[in-house]
Amino acid sequence: MSHSESQIIEQFAHQQDTEAEHGSVKSYLIGFLLSVVLTLIPFAMVISGDYSKTITIWTIVTMAIIQIWVHLKYFLHLNFVTEEGKASTLSFLFSALVIVMVVGLSVWIIYESNAMMMY
Amino acid sequence: MSSLTANANSAEFDSNELNALVHEHHDTGGNTVFGFWLYLMTDCLLFASFFATYAVLYMNTAGGVSGKDIFELGFVGVETAALLLSSITFGFAMISAHAQKKAYTLAWLMVTFALGAIFIGMEVYEFHHLIEHGNGPQQSAFLTSFFSLVGLHGLHVTAGLVWMTVMMIEVMRRGLTSQTTTRLSCLSLFWHFLDVVWICVFTVVYLMGAM
Repeated sequence: MSHSESQIIEQFAHQQDTEAEHGSVKSYLIGFLLSVVLTLIPFAMVISGDYSKTITIWTIVTMAIIQIWVHLKYFLHLNFVTEEGKASTLSFLFSALVIVMVVGLSVWIIYESNAMMMY
Repeated sequence: MSSLTANANSAEFDSNELNALVHEHHDTGGNTVFGFWLYLMTDCLLFASFFATYAVLYMNTAGGVSGKDIFELGFVGVETAALLLSSITFGFAMISAHAQKKAYTLAWLMVTFALGAIFIGMEVYEFHHLIEHGNGPQQSAFLTSFFSLVGLHGLHVTAGLVWMTVMMIEVMRRGLTSQTTTRLSCLSLFWHFLDVVWICVFTVVYLMGAM
């Protein structure tokens, strides 16, 4: 392999790395458009009030989770490609686990004790 | 012949050293950004406990107003649009910064600042409006947890605006040095993170509350 060839490969790898780390205009626009759609659907659903409460709650929660994923991928550049991306993604997943326990279990415990006090 | 080999070796050594230096330098910025990311993860936990408090207390309205009476989704929709737009404009500022385009970076930062200021202005108006109509944070557990959670997010955005002002002055004076770009990267993480928190706020507080 000639010197210039390896240089081109290196440059390409570097470009891939920077794109994963900093994003491009295209990736920001994709993220933005997805976010707009994922915001409009739940707002329209609640404002119109056409659907039952259960369907509406499940839909808006699902849309929120998908939109969080979109933001993490396209705006915060979490990934499993670069070394830093891996570390950031894993620390986020750990925080998400702790948050699910803090919020989920607190709400569960309080609602159960509330129900037991009432009946 | 032997001196030629020695020369070649030393040249190789030099390029290795250079590579190591370049990578070391690159890693220092990366470590700073990663450290800031870890801080944001602990901030996530702070927000999570405020969300848990809100989820536990939102039904305790003490005979006063509930979310259904006070939330105006059109208003919240405009706030959401301002924050989402500010996310993408900050993204463009970061792209300009990495391309070493100082004027574009400053222009996009100013647009981002204006959108963030619109968001905060609307939130202050909403809080003022509620308090004026006797629905201040002291009225019920629901209102206390509402003002705490949304106010905590608002304080973060305000801090972000102050930080952004400082960064605009730094870019104007020093240009886009690697240190300044690292600081901009941290602010970018902070700003996008606040938008992620806002997704949870408008879903859990406003949309679920207005149903």
